[in-house]
Amino acid sequence: MDWMNAIIQGILLGGLYAMIAAGLSLIFGVMRLVNIAHGDLIILAAYLALTASMLLGLHPLLVLLLVVPMMALFGYVLQRGILNGTLTGDILPPLLVTFGLSVIIQNALLEAYSADPQKLDSGVLDTASMTMGGISIGILPLLMFAVAVAVIAGLQFIFYRTALGRAFRAVSDNQDIAQLMGLNRRHVFGLAMALSLAVVAVAGIFLGMRTSFDPSVGGGRLIFGFEAVIIGGLGNLWGTLVGGVILGVAQSIGGQINPGWQVLAGHVVFLLILAIKPRGLFPRMTD
Amino acid sequence: MADLMIKALDAHYGDFQALYGIDLSIAAGEVVAIIGSNGAGKSTLMRSLSGLMRNAPEQIVFKGESIGGLRADEVSKRGIALVPEGRQLFPSLSVEENLLIGTQVGREGAWTLARIYELFPILHERRNQASTSLSGGQQQMVAIGRALMSNPDLLLIDELSLGLAPVIIKSIYEALPDIISNGMSAVIVEQDITKALSVSSRFYCLQEGRVSLDGKPGERSREEISRAYFGV
Repeated sequence: MDWMNAIIQGILLGGLYAMIAAGLSLIFGVMRLVNIAHGDLIILAAYLALTASMLLGLHPLLVLLLVVPMMALFGYVLQRGILNGTLTGDILPPLLVTFGLSVIIQNALLEAYSADPQKLDSGVLDTASMTMGGISIGILPLLMFAVAVAVIAGLQFIFYRTALGRAFRAVSDNQDIAQLMGLNRRHVFGLAMALSLAVVAVAGIFLGMRTSFDPSVGGGRLIFGFEAVIIGGLGNLWGTLVGGVILGVAQSIGGQINPGWQVLAGHVVFLLILAIKPRGLFPRMTD
Repeated sequence: MADLMIKALDAHYGDFQALYGIDLSIAAGEVVAIIGSNGAGKSTLMRSLSGLMRNAPEQIVFKGESIGGLRADEVSKRGIALVPEGRQLFPSLSVEENLLIGTQVGREGAWTLARIYELFPILHERRNQASTSLSGGQQQMVAIGRALMSNPDLLLIDELSLGLAPVIIKSIYEALPDIISNGMSAVIVEQDITKALSVSSRFYCLQEGRVSLDGKPGERSREEISRAYFGV
């Protein structure tokens, strides 16, 4: 029963990883930008939620309504103000600039909030659980997974059913020709970053409710996000969800064997999958 | 008044100068052919006109506005659409999505999805297919339809028949009068001189980045045209 429990907890944790990964995957898919600061942006969102929920006395889930638009706006401004200037066709400038951004965010958070671990207080949700077939399932992890599925489904809908998604895909295919069709790529990239950071905000708040965080933990989240994207296959959103779940289950089972193996087991499974299927389990992108 | 005026247009790729002082004008509703051999500067001219290459603002004037310095998306909103060389459809988009992306320009007009499907019924049959699964001719139809969906006042077609089977070329040329109507002007870039001259009221021949000859199809002899074309 312990094993079954570990697997279920792992699946639910995978939802969080999928949300972290989805924003990353979106940006890479649309503009071939690897956002090294992605993990730190998640932590930034968690701190924003912490501040907002303390100042306003609101539950973290309600703070979502505030933090999501704030992060989206920040994403748009960041993209138009800084990141668009790095997209010259060379892979290096965006890597360097987002790495710099990561350092800046970490240090700014350290200045503002100190290095003490923080946690978002989710009240009764923290301990609420239900029992199914002898296995206790936390309501918060379950909610987190449900939201992750909804976020992935929402992104899938935007990408394949809306004019905005069409614009994302067109710009991703061929920037020049998209520009001929009236699409200002700088604006489209701004919208993509806004959407990515909106997802980041959701991920950050759930992360903050689930575990404690401090300014330095963003990098580790970034790695999990990368791994989930690569396992699932670049450019495939449902694949990313599966990737997140595989990573979550691997970590959870590793932790069951030996608490020290939790993170290691995730990395090992990632490497194994990479060795067997270098393009991930469900690759969609052809280039 | 001419719809489009090009005045002393130069264009460069780094140190290489591709166009030298091109002067050209197109009246509203006029169809003009640009002919010339490979490397004569035809595609560069199309890139400049569509905004893919930026120039000095006053070198290109469209409906009284200097547009030479505008980005391609800004140019498209002013009513110039390009059917690019080699079709260049969006591979991630279906046939219908490729057509719909043309509406992104935000210009209302007579061209709708229904009218494109009426013009090219085969595209309606294949509307949900990946654009890459189409034949070259069908892809050219999508590329033309995509440009028309932006309801342009000036349609630029770069290398209309390049790489297409003769029977396809014939059918696309037969559809041209329906495509270029309602006062729309068009610039057709072609290597096939006979085909290009058959649908246009005037032509410009480019050679090594300069206009080597221009006029009406009937008033220039074959010898004159081939001298301007090949430079011999």
